[in-house]
Amino acid sequence: MTATARSKKAADAATQALHRSYLRQMLLIRRFEEKAGEAYSLGKIGGFCHLYIGQEAVAVGVMAALRPDDHVISAYREHGHALARGLTSRAVMAELFGKAAGSSGGKGGSMHIFDAAAGFLGGHGIVGSHIPLAAGVAFAHKYRGGDQLCVCFFGEAAANIGAFHETLNMASLWDLPAIFIVENNGYGMGTAVSRAAAVTNLSVRGNAYDMPAEQVDGQNVLTVREAVDRAVTRARTESKPTLLEIKTYRYVGHSMSDAAHGTYRTKDEVDEYRRRDPIVVLADLMKAGGYWDDGRHDALVTEVQAEVDDAVNFADASPDPDPSALYSDVYAPEGR
Amino acid sequence: MATLTYRDALNVALREEMARDDRVFLMGEEVAEYDGAYKVSRGLLKEFGPKRVVDTPIAELGFAGIGVGAAMVGLRPVIEMMTWNFALLAIDQIVNSAAKMRYMSGGQVGVPIVFRGPGGAALQLGAQHSQAFESYYAHIPGLKVIAPATPADAKGLLKAAIRDEDPVVFIEGEMLYNLKGEVPDGDYVTPIGKADVKRAGKDVTIICHSKTVAPALKAAEGLAAEGIDAEVIDLRTIRPLDVDTILASVARTNRCVVAEEGWPFAGVGAQVVDTIQREAFDALDAPILRVTGADVPMPYNKVLERAAKVDAAKIQDAVKKVLYL
Repeated sequence: MTATARSKKAADAATQALHRSYLRQMLLIRRFEEKAGEAYSLGKIGGFCHLYIGQEAVAVGVMAALRPDDHVISAYREHGHALARGLTSRAVMAELFGKAAGSSGGKGGSMHIFDAAAGFLGGHGIVGSHIPLAAGVAFAHKYRGGDQLCVCFFGEAAANIGAFHETLNMASLWDLPAIFIVENNGYGMGTAVSRAAAVTNLSVRGNAYDMPAEQVDGQNVLTVREAVDRAVTRARTESKPTLLEIKTYRYVGHSMSDAAHGTYRTKDEVDEYRRRDPIVVLADLMKAGGYWDDGRHDALVTEVQAEVDDAVNFADASPDPDPSALYSDVYAPEGR
Repeated sequence: MATLTYRDALNVALREEMARDDRVFLMGEEVAEYDGAYKVSRGLLKEFGPKRVVDTPIAELGFAGIGVGAAMVGLRPVIEMMTWNFALLAIDQIVNSAAKMRYMSGGQVGVPIVFRGPGGAALQLGAQHSQAFESYYAHIPGLKVIAPATPADAKGLLKAAIRDEDPVVFIEGEMLYNLKGEVPDGDYVTPIGKADVKRAGKDVTIICHSKTVAPALKAAEGLAAEGIDAEVIDLRTIRPLDVDTILASVARTNRCVVAEEGWPFAGVGAQVVDTIQREAFDALDAPILRVTGADVPMPYNKVLERAAKVDAAKIQDAVKKVLYL
């Protein structure tokens, strides 16, 4: 074998391994969310719980393009983002269960997952409120002079809120290394985009702020990764922000208290999207490339099922926070 | 010790803290090229450059949130609100983001930020520009709330606020900016959460802060002429409240009046009164009275405006009532 052929083969092997890891992460998020839904129905998880089923390619494709020293900030449909960023299934599930071993010590819950060491800065529950926070993190990166960046995930409904517009203006005005990811799943709760936004192509809103923007197919993890790679390069080399509208779909209701279909969308519509399921899209591509088959797929599914089952058992067996935790973390400890 | 205006004392505090710590930056409307809407930031752009003295568009929600984000990853933002009236647009960031971040992250992410600017009424600015917001922010666990009354405290408390690990709401008195006073030179830091006994007395305690300190002291002088010896306590910090100083005073005087610029309902004084009745009920010889702004939006008319505001005469009257005179 020539040196060129050897390096091509090595590259192919690396690519195949990468695709397998994307597939594993998407399967893990899917299974994790299915089990979270079950646990919610059993009363193990309380409050609001917004599942990410159907949108997995967005989280996985975006995180794949980042470095460990970058920052990620999200809204309240963030279990998938947290897992794709590398938080353990145990830590996230324990947080949903409200346990001391959870990523926020049980004080955050489904909507407030944090892991400062992983650069995962929440988990925010007020629509659009975290968009300026992302610009602030990017401001700090630029202030310090590194080439780190901050990625911000939010739903398309948040693109109608003032904080979105104020932030995009300042991020562009000040050339902040931020990437704003609009996960357009078609509905803000039960309100279709066309009933909430005068212009339904949300990526064109970048034009108003002289910010590069793209619409991206969110059913294909590789397409997502490529689009984010372009935005990452722009942020690192030019310190400029990007707006990415990633078109996706959630199969489940807005939250656990909401049916998957009925009043605002039809079962047919949900089924239509399931035919372009992001997991199937990638698995088919890998099969067509000759490096995936049903046997390997089934083994991988079994593997992630075991991981999620372990996470549920861990969360269930973990203790609640100590009662003294009620009054800690309101302010910094004395003497710091 | 130099004689400075309250405005210049704040300016000195900002300058010293920016020189001391390069993580500190100032952001807000007109803070840089215009030299500050109220000139608190005068000269800072020239000294520290546009990276650290940042003019913003008129977008309070946005730049308040940008400040919070920068603080989450270790910078020390000072966010100037041109006035606290405009900060209502940013209250989601102050309350939902800054105040709760440490708690909801299980202690992982603190927000060392200062939101500062002038509060309270000036003269004839009408309903939307004349309001005291101390009680709004003091209601929120996770925030600290400071409202200095003197140039020395303006300097010492702003320096303490900038060094604090938690979000601080720092409400300056719009009508105090030209007030002159002795200000200690150099690294003068006033501890957060400590009230200041402005005048010792044995007959009655007058509790006040920010713009009600001067009328309270004037009232005390008037009362002294009538043989009444009033103690005047400037809270300086509203949250955390200096309960020890309040209770020690009331234990000696047995009577108390609480004055504040804000509205009466659920005001700062309501919290002070609640604390005293719980902790020092047996010390009281009379019900505590409050002197507050009138329970109305601020009128424009000069005569009506004067009637709506706290002054020395109103405080003096309240003191006589608690003394049954």
